Amino acid sequence: MLTIKNLHAEVDGKKILKGLNLEIKAGEMHAIMGPNGAGKSSLASVLAGRENYTVTEGEVIFDGKNLLDMSPEDRAREGLFLAFQYPVEIPGVSNLNFLKTALNEIRTYHNLPAMEAKEFLKLTKEKQQMMDFNANLMNRSLNEGFSGGEKKRNEVFQMAMLDPKFAILDETDSGLDIDALRIVANGVNKLRGADKAFMVITHYQRLLDYIVPDFVHVLADGVIVKTGNKDLALELEEKGYDWLKEDVHQKESV
Amino acid sequence: MTSDINKSFYDFISNGMPGPEQQTDVNNAILPARKAAFSRFRSLGLPTLKTEEWRYTNIQRYLKDAFTLAEEEQSTVTAEQLKGASIPKLDSYTAVLVNGRLQPALSQLPADGKITISKISDAAGNAQLQAWFDKHPHLQKQPFAALNAAFFADGLFIEAGVNASLDKPLHIIHVYTAAANAFIQPHHLVVLHKSATLEIIETAVGLNEAAIAFVNSVTEVVLEENAELWHYNVQSTIKNSRHIYHTSALQKADSRYHHFNFTLPAAELTRNNLSVALTGSNTETNLHGLFLATEQQHVDNHTFVDHQVAHCNSNELYKGVLLDNAKGVFTGKIMVHQDAQKTNAFQQNNNLLMSEKANINSQPQLEIYADDVKCSHGFTVGRFSEEALFYLRSRGIGEEAAKTLMVNAFAFDITDQVHIPALQEFLSDKIRRYVTGAINN
Ligand SMILES: Nc1ncnc2c1ncn2[C@@H]1O[C@H](COP(=O)(O)OP(=O)(O)OP(=O)(O)O)[C@@H](O)[C@H]1O
Ligand SMILES: [Mg+2]
Repeated sequence: MLTIKNLHAEVDGKKILKGLNLEIKAGEMHAIMGPNGAGKSSLASVLAGRENYTVTEGEVIFDGKNLLDMSPEDRAREGLFLAFQYPVEIPGVSNLNFLKTALNEIRTYHNLPAMEAKEFLKLTKEKQQMMDFNANLMNRSLNEGFSGGEKKRNEVFQMAMLDPKFAILDETDSGLDIDALRIVANGVNKLRGADKAFMVITHYQRLLDYIVPDFVHVLADGVIVKTGNKDLALELEEKGYDWLKEDVHQKESV
Repeated sequence: MTSDINKSFYDFISNGMPGPEQQTDVNNAILPARKAAFSRFRSLGLPTLKTEEWRYTNIQRYLKDAFTLAEEEQSTVTAEQLKGASIPKLDSYTAVLVNGRLQPALSQLPADGKITISKISDAAGNAQLQAWFDKHPHLQKQPFAALNAAFFADGLFIEAGVNASLDKPLHIIHVYTAAANAFIQPHHLVVLHKSATLEIIETAVGLNEAAIAFVNSVTEVVLEENAELWHYNVQSTIKNSRHIYHTSALQKADSRYHHFNFTLPAAELTRNNLSVALTGSNTETNLHGLFLATEQQHVDNHTFVDHQVAHCNSNELYKGVLLDNAKGVFTGKIMVHQDAQKTNAFQQNNNLLMSEKANINSQPQLEIYADDVKCSHGFTVGRFSEEALFYLRSRGIGEEAAKTLMVNAFAFDITDQVHIPALQEFLSDKIRRYVTGAINN
């Protein structure tokens, strides 16, 4: 589904991604861990098409298409979704109106007619219940005055509404209370399917108890330095990242 | 009368411009008023950047070209040319004016004995015209209103008799056209007698991009007891036009005035002087404004709500959206006189800057001399951020749709108050097209 080859990217002249490789197949759940400032959110930004990042080398193929050639909106229309680490507040634009616009823009792209109001309401209700999202927040301005946790839950609610092929969750678990974490994780599990894939960026093994990953990658200093199964997360929880850095240095000196 | 080709119009009108003696109105009934206005203009003088009311609008800059004051009378306007100002699906009477002159052949005026709609020049002997022409107290201090009264070409005279009303709105279509740079001065007077009700929609269209049309217009509104006027002014013309609009209403007891001002692209300059004098108690005044400016446009809204007597309510909401290099000015003055107890006066101005280079100067001016009143004011300036744009795009919303979504959301408080669906639709469509750059005029 997604193939990242030798990806180099920089922002404001600073090199952040330094030759990253990753292969994600349909049906898979990948967890990305790694120290602060390693480039995890940068990877998510580059994939989503944030314009201040410049890709200097490498390629990303998404479902056979060159992802990096597409505008951010076309990436979303092709089925990519990013749940932001820091969702933006947009005053004046109601959450529902925003979602209706997004859904219909995606449908137009696929030559589908705009969704009927009734159908939209039905879908909204279904996903709101699925993610146990506070119905009062749906009519409010997009993220405006939402608590940290409410913002994260809104990201997941949006993901459920747009039903992407490939979703990136950037630290969606931070800021969630224990109950919310379980609810959100259950929601994500319900969205899993043979034709879908996920990239979950997290610092905490706890999330991976609920969302069991097929692969765990460690991203450090702009590259993936280690890949393993879910046990790697447990090992990291115990040992931290330093031993991996030594690993890398040893490799370099060889 | 033309200013010398080499002379700026500003210099011409400040020095040595001959008076209005040569102007001919029917029986010269208006001539004394013109002469009085001219001497008022002389004593007021032209504003400079030092004039408080014109600090943020360098009017000199817009008057430095040569303009003719006596533009040729044009009447060869086709229905096709009116398209830009017509509102699809609107069921209305229409009055088409070319440079302020009514064109009966292009208009569909109501055949209602209680409502007079004519040229000012045809109403010169009318008692209401004699009583109210150039009489609004706030116009007395406005140099451009005085200049207008001294030399205006013509305008619309509307008089609605006691209890009169129309079954549909009156749509006034202003066509501005000049073969060479012209200083066009229409002067309109609207008088609603006791308990009369009217809905007026104004739209405008400019026809000749090759010459500059400087429109200096005055609309005087008089609402007698219990009269009600819904007044929508949609200002959108071509780039090569500059506008100073004066709208001055006088409200007597129990009257209601609902004014909507939409300033849309692409006139280079739009200056609105909107003022309402409340001279009778229990009145209601609603001033709604939306200005949306693109490119190098300069939009200046000066409003003045003058609470002279007790128990009046006024409510003002102006919203500005500025794109590209556009500049906006909002100055909202509220005066509550000593006798105007139990006044409710609210004012709010919210602005949305869509680009780094756009800017807004917003200032409320409250002068309150009564103690038992409820007044409030406030203004906000928000910026459309790249972050917000990226967020919307990352959900599949295209750049243009994203901007439209944000602007519509912002403008909603105003557009939602427009209670004529065809007009509401017309406005949303225009807003969408201007925001997305689909049209540039
Ligand atoms: N605009 C920018 N200019 C310069 N440096 C930047 C810019 N944006 C991000 N960076 C840097 O890029 C590096 C990677 O940041 P990124 O947000 O991708 O890290 P992360 O792995 O997501 O970290 P965290 O776990 O703290 O969220 C950091 O050192 C950050 O300071
Ligand atoms: Mg991060």
